[in-house]
Amino acid sequence: METNLYRFIFKYSLKEQLFLLLVTGASFPFLYYSYDLPKMIVNQAINGKNFPKDLFGMPFDQIPYLFLLCGLFLILVCVNGGFKFYINISQGRLGERMLRRLRYELYARILRFPLPQFKKVSQGELIPMITAECEPIGGFIGEAINGSVFQFGQLVTVIVFLFVQDWKLGLAATALYPFQGWIIPRLQKKVNQLNKERVRTVRKLSERIGESVSGATEIHAHNAARHKLSEFSDRLATIFDIRFDIYNRKFFVKFLNNFISQLTPFFFFMIGGYLVINGEMSSGALIGALIAYKDMSAPWKELLTYYQQKEDVRIKYEQVVEQFVPAGAMAQDIQLAEPEIIPPLNGDLVASNVGLTEDGKVAILDGVSFSFPLDEHVAIVGPAGGGKDALGMMIARLIAPTAGQLSLAGQDSSQLPEAVTGRRLAYVGPAAYAFSATLGENILLGLMHRPTKPANYEDAADRRWRKRRAESDITGNSTDDIAADWIDYAAAAVKDRAELTARLIQALHQVDLEEDVYQLGLRGTINPERRPEVANRILEARTALRDRLAEPAYKALIEHFDEAAFNQNGTVAENLLFGTPIGDVFDIERLADNAYVRAILDKIGLTEDLIGVGREIARTMVELFADLPPGHAFFAQYNFIGSDDLPEFQAVLKRAERAGIAGLMPEDRQRLLSLPFKLSLARHRLGLIDARMQVRLLEARRAFAENMPTELRRHVALFERSGYNAASTIQDNILFGKLAYGQAQAAQRVGDLIAETLRQVGLRDAVVEAGLDFQVGVAGARLSAPQRQKIGIARCLLRRPDVLIVNEATALLDSAAQVHILDNLRQEQADRGLVWVLHRASQARDFKRILVVKGGRVVQQGTFDIVNSEGSTFAELLAKE
Amino acid sequence: MSLNEEVELLRAIPLFAKIEPAKLKLLAFTSERLTYEADQVLFNQGDMGDAAYIVMDGEAAVLINAPQGRIEVARFKRGDIVGEMAILCDVPRTATVQAVGNLTTLRVSKDLFFHLVTEFPQMAIEIMRELAHRVERMNIQLREAVIKARN
Repeated sequence: METNLYRFIFKYSLKEQLFLLLVTGASFPFLYYSYDLPKMIVNQAINGKNFPKDLFGMPFDQIPYLFLLCGLFLILVCVNGGFKFYINISQGRLGERMLRRLRYELYARILRFPLPQFKKVSQGELIPMITAECEPIGGFIGEAINGSVFQFGQLVTVIVFLFVQDWKLGLAATALYPFQGWIIPRLQKKVNQLNKERVRTVRKLSERIGESVSGATEIHAHNAARHKLSEFSDRLATIFDIRFDIYNRKFFVKFLNNFISQLTPFFFFMIGGYLVINGEMSSGALIGALIAYKDMSAPWKELLTYYQQKEDVRIKYEQVVEQFVPAGAMAQDIQLAEPEIIPPLNGDLVASNVGLTEDGKVAILDGVSFSFPLDEHVAIVGPAGGGKDALGMMIARLIAPTAGQLSLAGQDSSQLPEAVTGRRLAYVGPAAYAFSATLGENILLGLMHRPTKPANYEDAADRRWRKRRAESDITGNSTDDIAADWIDYAAAAVKDRAELTARLIQALHQVDLEEDVYQLGLRGTINPERRPEVANRILEARTALRDRLAEPAYKALIEHFDEAAFNQNGTVAENLLFGTPIGDVFDIERLADNAYVRAILDKIGLTEDLIGVGREIARTMVELFADLPPGHAFFAQYNFIGSDDLPEFQAVLKRAERAGIAGLMPEDRQRLLSLPFKLSLARHRLGLIDARMQVRLLEARRAFAENMPTELRRHVALFERSGYNAASTIQDNILFGKLAYGQAQAAQRVGDLIAETLRQVGLRDAVVEAGLDFQVGVAGARLSAPQRQKIGIARCLLRRPDVLIVNEATALLDSAAQVHILDNLRQEQADRGLVWVLHRASQARDFKRILVVKGGRVVQQGTFDIVNSEGSTFAELLAKE
Repeated sequence: MSLNEEVELLRAIPLFAKIEPAKLKLLAFTSERLTYEADQVLFNQGDMGDAAYIVMDGEAAVLINAPQGRIEVARFKRGDIVGEMAILCDVPRTATVQAVGNLTTLRVSKDLFFHLVTEFPQMAIEIMRELAHRVERMNIQLREAVIKARN
């Protein structure tokens, strides 16, 4: 990577910069004439004599002559504007391209950092470097050369013009330039140093913010907020001091410049005026000179700004880049090389005198030597901190030895491209990471090394993609299409997507995750238009389940949805909509102020009655909850009214006492009306909605569906006995009803029935598939840590690695799952290699070879019986468990 | 059964006799009414306790795991409170409780239970009395068992 900004600019944009220079150079003659022409207009056309004049062999009178010159002037204005427009756009594009290249290069470098580097730099530092700190660099690069030349050329043009007019005037205008050119770099130097310091401090600041986000739990748990706030404030104070100092100096430079440029007109008027009065110079020339001078101060000022900006950006660039060239970074070839064929790894894994030291001081591994066939099952055990996990990572080629050599099938492992190590080997560590994508995509990550099938584009999309690819090519970016199919089906030994899904589900079984994904699937949705056959079979399951639920043992558990009956276990809102809201137009919290709902209620004549019910609910809630302290858990759990709103409702009740419901203000009525929608007859048992009102609510339900305007239809998916409801979860689609209130273990019993029914109709896998579409959240936050581990393991399994390296990856799981997964993986890798760094020595019993690592050395190796000798390290480890 | 009917039922139980109806309504409203069929289990011995149960209707059997299988040691009837020990002392359930025939209970969560006990000392005394009765009963059973074992 170029450590010098200008070298970076020349290396990647010399041609474009030169072209821009040419265009800029071509624009100068026009610029010059646009300064000259006003003088001609004043001196020859307005104040001129001896008309008609001959021009291009044609005679011109005074007025046509004036018009001709003015017309020429107009053309020049247009030409100059056009040049400027074109140059600006070209510069902007060039800047964007260079910025893109720089960012891409920096990001690519992060991907090649040696892993230990991530212990030293935090994301808090890296992120602003690539995002915010790069931004001004890009803007600057566009005009790095051309901008300065343009401003400079403009200045020279003006100066030449001035000297041509009168050398004394020219001298007057430029007299102070040498002084400025001497003093300003001197002042700027100190500002540069301050800028460097500012960049460093701001980086530390973002690091601190990142840290506080990650450590939020600790800060709360130890009441450390005050300390953190003080620390942050201290850093902000440092930044403030630096910035203030910068402002002082920067604006002093500005002040000096302004002062000097204001001084020049002083000379101008004095000397120019003197010359005109003495008749040594025409007044037209003075006006021309004045206009030229006005135009001169602008480029001069910009030239100075440019200089300041250049210094600023140069420092930013250098400071960013130096963070991205750590020692031991992986070569680009090793990361991205794509060998023609990647043969399976056959042979031995040989470590000869391998050592690893951190920062050149602390020895983590020292003189480690061993050799075993790659298809053997090997356990690595040892006390924590003894170097076993480093050894595991080293075998997976995630860290490089600092001494000795590790060879894989006869090749130096540090020279193998990632295309080999990352496909033939698989590694899962103690804290597998889940990316913000679906659960399925997270597992498939193990198969996505390169695009395997291009995406199909139609006309416009194809043109767009070609254009984008060409642009990526120009900027040295990746030209791989992210929309292509990236899945390496061959690695998973499957033919197509369908087989892959089957394999995925099998892997879920192997890592004990299938049940979890099934549960996620039940709570997920499917798109019936894209998966009509699944939707149809879910409807079959609905019928089958309905038959089962009719059996006496289950009869009381579910109350089905029925167009003609009021659902006692559903809320009033559900009964009224008889469907699932999509988005928040018909959200239960907002039903009372939905105009259409209000119109329907008015039409059926239910509004007053429901407000009355709302008043009763409010009364009961005030009676029950008024004595509870605010914020008591019951408010959230049981109440219709939050503790904050309770006093408000007390007031509404008082007003209703005085004026009656009809006399209330609209907003009070709306408040009361919002309550009954949340009422569930069976659960709340308030007895407020009698059979007659239920009948009228059914009437409202019908009216709601029949009269709904077209534009509202997309906001609610109505329940249909024989139709799939795309807005509801799979589980709700199968149930098509509400769990009955108060039946012991109803949820569990119904859950078991659903599972049984789905198995019978062969739909379980389809539900699991829907579960694979579950979005796991940022860093997999919506999953538990054991679930993330299992995903990490499944990711490895899918591509059938020659050697699977498991680094304490199951330590987090419960012991049943640990044993289960250990067995499954041993079986799956039966004829391939398995290296398992175990956190418990007893689990090593069935491994053919055991390496005992302690104090950075392999102290024992052999079978279980050999290493488990009296007084040995292994026996000690075993005894401690 | 509506809330008001439940309140009437609760008032008939000695434990709650001296508590004002509004508070009983809160108890009824915030508790879950659960119905069980014969042989369904309320909770198992060894589970962690998160709620107490008030028997509203029907009967529940108290079973203890013993080497020779489960032994029934007591029955709870309408108005009895079950499972308060585990939530009072934060110990695992000391016995399994199972519905004998159809059973209706009011499930009182731990939070609510403590709220009521702290707010109504009368209720705390009633619970103490109930627990003392149980200890006395157990002492008698223990005495009989010891005598039987000596013979």
